[in-house]
Amino acid sequence: MSEERDPNAPMTRPIPAPVVNLETQPFWDAAKQGRFLIKRCVACGKAHWYPRAICPYCASGETVWEDSPGEGVIYTFSVMRRSQTGPYAIGYVTLDEGPSVLTNFLGVGPDALSIGQRVKVRFQETDGGPPVPVFAPT
Amino acid sequence: MSIRGKAYIMGAFEHPLRDAPDKTTPQLHAECAAGALADAGLSKDDVDGYFCAGDAPGFGGLSMIDYMGLTNVRHLDSTETGGSSYIVHVGHAAEAIAAGKCSVALITLAGRPRQARGGGGRGGFGEPAPEAGFENIYGGSTHNTYGMCAMRHMYEYGTTSEQLAWIKVAASHHAQWNEHAFLKDVVTVEEVVNSRMIADPLHLLDCCVVTDGGGALIVTSPEVAKSLKRPKVRVLGAGEAPKGPRGGLDLDLTYSGAVWSGPRAFEEAGVRPADIKYASIYDSFTITVLMQIEDLGFCEKGHGGKFVADGNLISGVGRLPFNTDGGGLCNNHPTNRGGITKVIEAVRQLRGEAHPKVQVANCDLAIAQGTGGSLGTRHGSATVILEREA
Repeated sequence: MSEERDPNAPMTRPIPAPVVNLETQPFWDAAKQGRFLIKRCVACGKAHWYPRAICPYCASGETVWEDSPGEGVIYTFSVMRRSQTGPYAIGYVTLDEGPSVLTNFLGVGPDALSIGQRVKVRFQETDGGPPVPVFAPT
Repeated sequence: MSIRGKAYIMGAFEHPLRDAPDKTTPQLHAECAAGALADAGLSKDDVDGYFCAGDAPGFGGLSMIDYMGLTNVRHLDSTETGGSSYIVHVGHAAEAIAAGKCSVALITLAGRPRQARGGGGRGGFGEPAPEAGFENIYGGSTHNTYGMCAMRHMYEYGTTSEQLAWIKVAASHHAQWNEHAFLKDVVTVEEVVNSRMIADPLHLLDCCVVTDGGGALIVTSPEVAKSLKRPKVRVLGAGEAPKGPRGGLDLDLTYSGAVWSGPRAFEEAGVRPADIKYASIYDSFTITVLMQIEDLGFCEKGHGGKFVADGNLISGVGRLPFNTDGGGLCNNHPTNRGGITKVIEAVRQLRGEAHPKVQVANCDLAIAQGTGGSLGTRHGSATVILEREA
């Protein structure tokens, strides 16, 4: 922690392998191909996040995966100023499809983030698991 | 009062599967819920009480309520007694219904012990939360998830770090008189905003202390209370409300579940926020206090910053004396759970046994408010209103 860091250096963060289960396996399979999927309910038409087999809005079991460009705006964020691997930002992105997604903002300096900023998904490799979605300003 | 004849079992469903390699445990819970609701002729939006035990994955009730999209729950019980839990739940549901705490109670059980053999699951117990794969990987902590709430509150309402700092300043003014307080030094607004940044926009002194210790409470019947020698503190009202991202549409991190638990408690108690003489408000962070004060109706939504400034929370100075023991911000946050100390200080105030320097004059009505979990993801809000019996 004694080393001097450039406070505006782009943030990086090693991300652990995510828990994958039967409901979310297709998401992670697509992630390996660089595709970002969201879940939408056939019955009520609403998209939701995190992806579930059963719609949290109308309880229908008819939910389908759809490809998303993974674009949206920062709803909020917070920069953890100290960690074993340096500062990192956590926050929510409100996707253009509607749902808000918890994520990390990487590849951007801690002081270069703002609410309302447009961001886009990219995938980061994990240790022993599928790549996970993170976001960066467009 | 008894539960005799006060509640009916109107829906029941047994999942048809005996081997469920293709479904997750949360999914099985939700399918059982749907089956029982259909049997009763009700929908998930009718459910206002939820009961689950140790087989519910992740954060238990909070994870399952959010997974299933139950948005009207006002009573949550996760009593765990092994296989008999669900029979206990029937009795507890009847008590809650008899007391008017809910009218449609949902009890679920599900798991996949057969899949454990193939390494596919652990039968539900200790299973990761359904949201785990999409949330737990991003380094969320209490600091930065509450930081996200503060950041958005500032953006929408113009709340400032100086205003948040006043909450810590007020707590420190109280803690100086508490011989057991972890931090006894009075601090200034400048000291708070100049302390090092932990998770924007929360500084070190916006955060509560980390302490060992604990607390306990005894609640008795009126008959037992009458037989005892201590001043009587009567429970007038209580409210509960879970809140989570709820599928992510219309996410709003500027308010807590206190917007629902508060009005429920006030209505049952038959009092208004203006009647409250003393308030214990959960203070994991300064923003936690500010949001709950707004949500309970002590001021208009978004005006919390102005409300807490200039010593308005300091006993003997301001309009709403709060956390006169020094709260979690200065005194104590035992095992990172501050709910019980909130009730304990409210009891001291109502008994007239708070420190003389912070004792509220003629304190006959108090509130204890808490939120557990994280305001930035999913949490349970609880409100109780307490009265000193003359």
